[in-house]
Amino acid sequence: MSATSTTIGPGDGAQAVDRAPAPSRGAHRRWWLRPRLAISGTIVLLMIIMAAFPQLFTGFGAGPTENCDIMLSNQAPSAAHLFGIDIQGCDYYTNVIYGARASILVGIVVSAIAFAIAALVGAIAGYFGGWVDAVISRICDMAFGLPFILAAIVVLQLFGQRNIWTVIFALALFSWPGGVRFMRSSVLEIRHREYVQAARLLGAGNRRIIAKHIVPNAVTPLLVLQTLGVGGMISAEAGLTFIGIGLTPPAVSWGLQLAAARDYIDAAPHLLLFPAIFLTITVLGFVLFGEALRDEFDPKGK
Amino acid sequence: MPHTATEPRTGKTASGPIMELRDIRMHYPVARPLPFGAKKVLKALDGVDLQVPAGQTLGIIGESGCGKSTLARILSGLEKPSEGQVLFDGVDINELQRAERALMRRNIQLIFQDPYASLDPRMTIEQILLEPFEIHPDLVPRARRRAKIAELMELVGLNPDHLSRYPHNFSGGQQQRIGIARGIALNPRVLICDEAVSALDVSVRAQVVNLLQDLQQELGLTFVFIAHDLQIVRHISDSVATMYLGKVVESGSYDRVYEHSAHPYTQALLSAAPELRQGSSTPRELILLQGDPPSPIDPPTGCRFHTRCPIAQPSCAASEPRLDPLQGDHAARCFFPGPLNLGSG
Repeated sequence: MSATSTTIGPGDGAQAVDRAPAPSRGAHRRWWLRPRLAISGTIVLLMIIMAAFPQLFTGFGAGPTENCDIMLSNQAPSAAHLFGIDIQGCDYYTNVIYGARASILVGIVVSAIAFAIAALVGAIAGYFGGWVDAVISRICDMAFGLPFILAAIVVLQLFGQRNIWTVIFALALFSWPGGVRFMRSSVLEIRHREYVQAARLLGAGNRRIIAKHIVPNAVTPLLVLQTLGVGGMISAEAGLTFIGIGLTPPAVSWGLQLAAARDYIDAAPHLLLFPAIFLTITVLGFVLFGEALRDEFDPKGK
Repeated sequence: MPHTATEPRTGKTASGPIMELRDIRMHYPVARPLPFGAKKVLKALDGVDLQVPAGQTLGIIGESGCGKSTLARILSGLEKPSEGQVLFDGVDINELQRAERALMRRNIQLIFQDPYASLDPRMTIEQILLEPFEIHPDLVPRARRRAKIAELMELVGLNPDHLSRYPHNFSGGQQQRIGIARGIALNPRVLICDEAVSALDVSVRAQVVNLLQDLQQELGLTFVFIAHDLQIVRHISDSVATMYLGKVVESGSYDRVYEHSAHPYTQALLSAAPELRQGSSTPRELILLQGDPPSPIDPPTGCRFHTRCPIAQPSCAASEPRLDPLQGDHAARCFFPGPLNLGSG
């Protein structure tokens, strides 16, 4: 098979076109040109900064429970006090700003805990399968059977003194089953991929395969799901606090402010209005941010 | 091409088999439609005996669903057979202890069909090629590893400057070269190519096949080359095995199987491939097989090929032929081996 060789003779392939696509393949629009990502990202960033450094927004003035004058109680908004005065006679704008910390902290920490548990447990269930998967899945089913808010109420009842960490604990306790199922199904798909088999052929152990190949490739959808969940956790904290089972004074949170405003809804509607607006914008911001992230990571969406 | 059947074409010295399959069976349970129905098994491989000669290339041909890929997975150790032994240097690889198995891993590597799917999309080429050495840290000292993967890149014809890129930045042919670089990183002795070039453009296919041949000479590799593209198999193989419905129906050196095929199925396969070589003795008569291959869940009795065989006799359905030697290492699983005479010419 010399000169009359078939198409696969040596040299024949030399002229073949085997060119890589340009590294910058695909029309990636600039992120600031995508309004949903830009707006929701700005809201999320703003709220996180507000939670971390409320002083930035109150002009480094008095804290939420300082400089209060009980004589001014429930005063409507004015030029001096943009959001008016609360029941205790304190500036309501300062209070609402400082209220961000509890809400944001609960939302992000609970979601982060749920993310970590789901990533690990879901990866183990999906990767090993068999009885490991059966046990984990049945536990998830049981946890799913409990109504989330009701379960959190029962747990919070057990604590006499409730602070932000007890609320986080109660919410985190029941927030992971959805994520575990989600992660498990992504891992089920990925564990049969050829690059996983290639790693096994090279002699990689289970721990290495899970840490280096399975989790990095399966975790993105879970990350999006848990970002969407931040808003839900913020609402849950506010809801629990509103019905008197979450945070208790002297903590400052939007839920507590809404609960206090309940009794003065006729005399001082501004007490209800401002924390409600902040709560709504924050929850909406996180939900939109999660959806924008999902589209961002979805190659078909481009 | 005046050389005898027993002498390997490429002048590579023949020695004993480096790998051997003994009566390999791979049965997968099939979900029953009704809970009380009979238990069924899919017999992907049903009694495969095969020898892989050291330093040579064994081509495995057969149509889709005949068990080629299952064979690749069992040879590479990705799956354990339901029954039978997979011997490497005379040792059953599925009987090894943990530490010995890790060493064995270095000796047998597999090149996958889909080059992109076989590379982790979230790893750079550098991370992908470093992984073998992280798993086997004693092979190359840490300080030497970067130089080693640069060497590997050059060996497979890629630019070492592109190590920081991701798999999707490369073309299919380049991705397969990366897969090959990873496959040879641990200095394996056997490289199994499961349709390794089927997903590539015809032109790029030639480059990759040539690369594989160069590597074989340079590194003394043994190849098991699984493909449905007969031209590639003929180009690269020293010996060939034909598979049909989970069994080897004909095996032998390249010349015997191609020029003197004894099994009607091999003859049908070869006659269906376009003949490009000029001066070939006589043009093959086209043998068209009727129908689809039978289901491996419910294979035919007797000779598995009798339902589609142009020369089948009633006795073929009654008992199963063995893989009987014809001449040298040439063997066929047929009661009536030899050139087909259909009476038309």
